[in-house]
Amino acid sequence: MTLQPTPLTPPPEDATESLENAIELKEVEGLSQGQIVFRRFVRHRGAMIAAVVLFLVVLLATTSIGVGLFHGWWQWDYIRKHDIAIPGGRPTLVISLAHGIQLGDFPFGQDTIGRDIFARVMRGTQRSLTVMLIIGTLATTIGIMIGAASGFFRGRIDTLLMRFTDMVITIPIIVIGAVLGKLIGGGNAILLGVALGLVTWTTMARLVRGDFLSLREREFVDAARVAGASNSRIMFKHMLPNAIGVIIVNTTLLMASAILLETALSYLGFGVKAPDVSLGQLINEYQSAFATRPWLFWWPGLFIVLIALCVNFIGDGLRDAFDPRQQRRIPNQRKTRQR
Amino acid sequence: MLTFLVRRLASAAVVLLASTFAFYILVSYAVDPLEELRYSTQINKAQLMEARIRLLNLDTPPVLRYFHWLRGVLGYLWGDGTLGASWRTNRQTTELLSGAIGVTMRLVATAALLAIILGVTVGIASALRQYSGFDYSITFMSFLLYSLPTFWVAVLLKQWGAIGFNDFLRDPTIGLWGLIGIAVVAGLIWSALVGGPGRRRLTTLAVAGGVTGLTLWFMSATGWFLKPSLGPVLIAITGVAIAFGVTSLSTGLRNRRALYSALTVVALGVALWYPLQFVFPYATAWLVLGLFALSLLAAAVIGWAYGGPDRRQSIRTAALTAIGVSLLVFADRVMQVWGIYSDYAEGRPIATLGAATPGLNGDFWVETLDQYTHLVLPTTALLLISFAGYTRYSRGSLLEVLNQDYIRTARAKGLTERTVIMRHAFRNALIPLATVIPLDIAGILSGAVITETIFGWTGMGNLFITSLRGSDPNPIMGFFLVTGSLAVLANIVADLVYAGLDPRIRVNA
Repeated sequence: MTLQPTPLTPPPEDATESLENAIELKEVEGLSQGQIVFRRFVRHRGAMIAAVVLFLVVLLATTSIGVGLFHGWWQWDYIRKHDIAIPGGRPTLVISLAHGIQLGDFPFGQDTIGRDIFARVMRGTQRSLTVMLIIGTLATTIGIMIGAASGFFRGRIDTLLMRFTDMVITIPIIVIGAVLGKLIGGGNAILLGVALGLVTWTTMARLVRGDFLSLREREFVDAARVAGASNSRIMFKHMLPNAIGVIIVNTTLLMASAILLETALSYLGFGVKAPDVSLGQLINEYQSAFATRPWLFWWPGLFIVLIALCVNFIGDGLRDAFDPRQQRRIPNQRKTRQR
Repeated sequence: MLTFLVRRLASAAVVLLASTFAFYILVSYAVDPLEELRYSTQINKAQLMEARIRLLNLDTPPVLRYFHWLRGVLGYLWGDGTLGASWRTNRQTTELLSGAIGVTMRLVATAALLAIILGVTVGIASALRQYSGFDYSITFMSFLLYSLPTFWVAVLLKQWGAIGFNDFLRDPTIGLWGLIGIAVVAGLIWSALVGGPGRRRLTTLAVAGGVTGLTLWFMSATGWFLKPSLGPVLIAITGVAIAFGVTSLSTGLRNRRALYSALTVVALGVALWYPLQFVFPYATAWLVLGLFALSLLAAAVIGWAYGGPDRRQSIRTAALTAIGVSLLVFADRVMQVWGIYSDYAEGRPIATLGAATPGLNGDFWVETLDQYTHLVLPTTALLLISFAGYTRYSRGSLLEVLNQDYIRTARAKGLTERTVIMRHAFRNALIPLATVIPLDIAGILSGAVITETIFGWTGMGNLFITSLRGSDPNPIMGFFLVTGSLAVLANIVADLVYAGLDPRIRVNA
């Protein structure tokens, strides 16, 4: 992987176009598809910032109050009630030029019965992220299975599976989510994620089917078949890697909507329930306190927006990175200046 | 074509049958109508349970109960159908549904219309300024709107949009710094939108910011917020601006006949303003609609009278202008009752709950204004969410079209940029949108669950949530029957629209 340094002196105007193409080709010479995609992704500024922020959020949520047996560095947990530190339970977080950043005992404040909001928001973030991951994984797996079988075998199997998909699509997602949430009840976050994953795979299945329908006509599939590969080997070793772009992009978008779905359901009271905590459930619990204790409402909302925004941006960056038509995302400076 | 339609309808019916079955089974396991009775301490608990079990057939297995329910639904084919009753309210499901659909329609129609118009406009503007600061800001904003949870936005809107604005109305003056801030922001938006070289941007910023600041200062100084009105002068000025705007987009200003017919429409509207004030006190919904239709007809006649080689262009321009002018006259009349209404609402006109003020005995205009003040917040909440989607979609669609060869051909022919964008690109960019809109509307009808819950509208979403919370299976199934059928129908409509608009798609059965 040797990269020639681009010439420092600007070339004459008429040769620019061909030279740019040459540079572009040089850039991707000898790189695998994965490396090209990764490079394009890294160059997408919004997506990179989003990835870093999301990583920091995950790090903060997991290390601060800990996961399972592992104890975090934060002093309180999300259930214990404390004495009110500042009257009204106002946040002790201070950011000013004179004093710098001071955390205090309860940086995000306390609720009416003295629980630490920081710990609660961290716990809620963990819960919401868990549900998001479960929905993402499960829906992607089911979607790939159904879409791949449908697009590969065509005919009767395709009709049957697609009518089944249509059937699931008919039911509005928030409606079936509410019914499932009520059915499972108890506020078990993992079960909730599984239930929602079972109904959110439809878009993925349709996209994978479309990709597989066109991929199965390609020569490499015939070649694999002639070489004696089995159906499942052709589907998962040969065709799936070619559809991976669509799948990854759609998975991120799915996860962004999954976190909104989970919080919406928890807000309505059909998702995660007290005493367990999720971001939507926190807002539901505290919404009437908005006028008097706005921080109870701001922090969980802020984390929902932050996570959803980051995942959306990562999805956008991945889409651009996988799209071969997107040669130059960043416009040519010289050309815009001329106009 | 006919075979295609029949086949699609048949398969849709099968899909609907299967999904109602699945949903019925799910619901019957999810809800437990006996729950409260189990914990009750009443003496006749056993009898009450017995009665409810008999009422809802709870001792038959859910699968058989489904067929019983289905028999009731299919009964509508020969006229003795039933969707069952709600055991909590003792009202027929059909009765509950017809009330709820009306409320939801009122809420969703405005929001969907506004979201489509605004979203497409902003998306097109953003695509035409691709990779500019404006484009990046719009992209970021639409991602942000995508990521906002509805319930969060709704609570914020309640706090700032309603309570904040009502507080503002107590002393409706904007401070100096507020004025400057708003003016600068408005100027920045306009200059980013207009674009061009640096000096032109600065000019736009100064002009737009100045105009915005002065207007706001005037409104604030004259107490306009307390007694809003347009009056004939403002209607005339705005009308002329609309006429020029519509003409430049629809035919180009060089088409003098179109421009003159649009201006004639404005003149007619302003001239009719005074006599109309004597008609309006007797207004009903039908009268207003009739007047609107009449104004469209008048515009068509004016456009036709100006004639020229292409009469349709003048007629189109005149009709579009007429819509704008009639809306202005209508808005003017609604504003006139603002004072009365505001007094009635004790100075807090923007409502946070419900679809109308109960026991309000006003004339048509007061009732209309009352509806609008109740609509404004939930509509904004719905608008913010679907707006982002339409923006992204129309932007992507237009960019795709602009890369096509026929656009280059059109430019090479020497057509003006307006003709290329409006006639060649814009129309084709709308085709994929036309297929999304039916699906979206069907989705929004059931998807307003959260918005309705927060703003206390007793629409479809609220019916579903309250019935689910109250373990009331029949209304839940009624709700699902309506939304499910709508979703299936919207799919078929989307296919047909696509086939009708895009000659490359053929519907062959």
